[in-house]
Amino acid sequence: MLSFLTRRLIVAFLVAATVMTLAFILTRLSGDLATSIAGPNATEADIDAIRKAYGLDRPVLAQFFDWVGRALTGDLGESYFFKARVSTLIAERMPVTFTLGLTGLVIALAVSLPLGILAAVRENTTLDRCVQLVALLGQAMPSFWLGLILMITLGLQLGWLPISGTGSWQHFVMPGIVLAFSAIPALTRLTRAGMIQAMGSDYIRTARAKGLSRASILLKHALRNAAIPVVAIAAVQLGFMLGGSIVIEQVFALHGVGYLAWESIGKNDFPVVQAVVLVLAVIYVALTMLADLMNAVLDPRLRGP
Amino acid sequence: MSVVSVNAGPKRGWKSVSTWIGAVIVGIATFCALAAPWIVPYDPFAQDLGKRLIVPFWMAGGSTEHLLGTDQLGRDYLSRLIWGCRISMLIGVTVTVVSGLIGIAIGVLGGFLGGRVDDAVLFAITTRLSIPVVLVALAVVGLLGSSMTLLVLTLGLLLWDRFAVVARSTTMQVRNLDFVAAAWCAGCSRFRILAREVLPNIASHLVVVATLEVALAILLEAALSFLGLGVPPPLPSWGLMIAEAKDYMFFSPWVIVIPGVALFVLVLGINLLGDGLRDLFGARTDP
Repeated sequence: MLSFLTRRLIVAFLVAATVMTLAFILTRLSGDLATSIAGPNATEADIDAIRKAYGLDRPVLAQFFDWVGRALTGDLGESYFFKARVSTLIAERMPVTFTLGLTGLVIALAVSLPLGILAAVRENTTLDRCVQLVALLGQAMPSFWLGLILMITLGLQLGWLPISGTGSWQHFVMPGIVLAFSAIPALTRLTRAGMIQAMGSDYIRTARAKGLSRASILLKHALRNAAIPVVAIAAVQLGFMLGGSIVIEQVFALHGVGYLAWESIGKNDFPVVQAVVLVLAVIYVALTMLADLMNAVLDPRLRGP
Repeated sequence: MSVVSVNAGPKRGWKSVSTWIGAVIVGIATFCALAAPWIVPYDPFAQDLGKRLIVPFWMAGGSTEHLLGTDQLGRDYLSRLIWGCRISMLIGVTVTVVSGLIGIAIGVLGGFLGGRVDDAVLFAITTRLSIPVVLVALAVVGLLGSSMTLLVLTLGLLLWDRFAVVARSTTMQVRNLDFVAAAWCAGCSRFRILAREVLPNIASHLVVVATLEVALAILLEAALSFLGLGVPPPLPSWGLMIAEAKDYMFFSPWVIVIPGVALFVLVLGINLLGDGLRDLFGARTDP
């Protein structure tokens, strides 16, 4: 268990280091940053001043190691546009993105688990095929478009939910539904497959032979085993959702980390862009590690000797 | 390794229907994409400010002159929709070719050679999965300016992970089969074994992955174009059409419903076809 953890930690660290390098290269792709920060109307003197002020006149490698060194101590630099510390900006916006991600995950699980169980119990019936069709429909749904359609129907025509902003919990319902759509297909399929496999296993036959009730067999014995991969994938899906929320945050004007990144891309505010890429990647790596840990805790078979 | 598929009688029949529906949708889309310049009723770029936001023919005030109406600049919506199909298909296919070449090369090498090479391949896949695709694609296009070529290269460089995962795991299975051992004994070179024994045997799995990737690339292109950092205007990408019509959606919802439904149906069709092919080939696409 311990060596497994150490190995995972080393890989996680190497992944973070690689992403850091890639994020740095990414923001240098456009060539001369000082010119793009200064804007089209800047004079040569302005550009020079900016180059000096932000340390862009130093060798690229020096800039890189400076950034890495600072990032390791939690200092992600300063935003050009917001004139604030990047770490502060991200910390301010993170609660919105996390609330959105968690709302999406809860909705996705609330839909996928019952659907997956139903489909497994009624395998190869019309119900099962309908559930699989729902998964396919969810997979084909363009999230930003679904968001707009919900705004028109639930927001404007029915007036049930607010259209944009972050004022109250109601503001997170529509974006949460939209975000959930991206995870529902995978989670439903996995629950269904896991339940079908569990229902065919020996311990379920034993439970049946003991005369346990159907509900007890399904929920206590089968689901507990089928849930192991689902829980793990749910953590990974949360990582994907946080990374993918940029589109939904923009549609619903939710001022989270994705929105921050989107604004910064438009303003050439590269310290923010590279920091958001890094932070989202680190969160994803942490969540996949959490998933592996949960797997090991929930399923003693995976822990090894 | 949890493969659960029970091919009972009724499921097969239903499966073949859904596969056919998928095939028909993909067929129509391919035709529209290839024949777009000759089948569009109007020039999709020609503006006519006197004819702005004409409603589709089935709504009150619509006419058969413009079957799907016109957009906010008076451009024929049906023509733009057909041209948009061409752009979606073009991007879907080219991105899949780029990402397929990268992913298959990496995956086959890792699966075939094993050892240190495979460790490096696994590390590359892990790193790739931790990178937020939409954000990085937006950043690249935002920093370098939007163009079709850049978009295709960016998405191609970001979406190879599933190809690599499936190519790697299937190569590992094939590597240990008897006919590969026989080829080794017969003195075939590594390259020959890869090209003649391994690749043909993993091809069916890769075709299924390719359908999924085309669908994913089309959805991502639409999302990026919707955010204004994908296909540059005035090209009628479906995502861009939705973005441009967004200001009018509360008064005339059809302006975003039409391109959105087109996008949804196309992606659904590709996925239905891929799903059918997966059952036909008995392929696995999950890692």
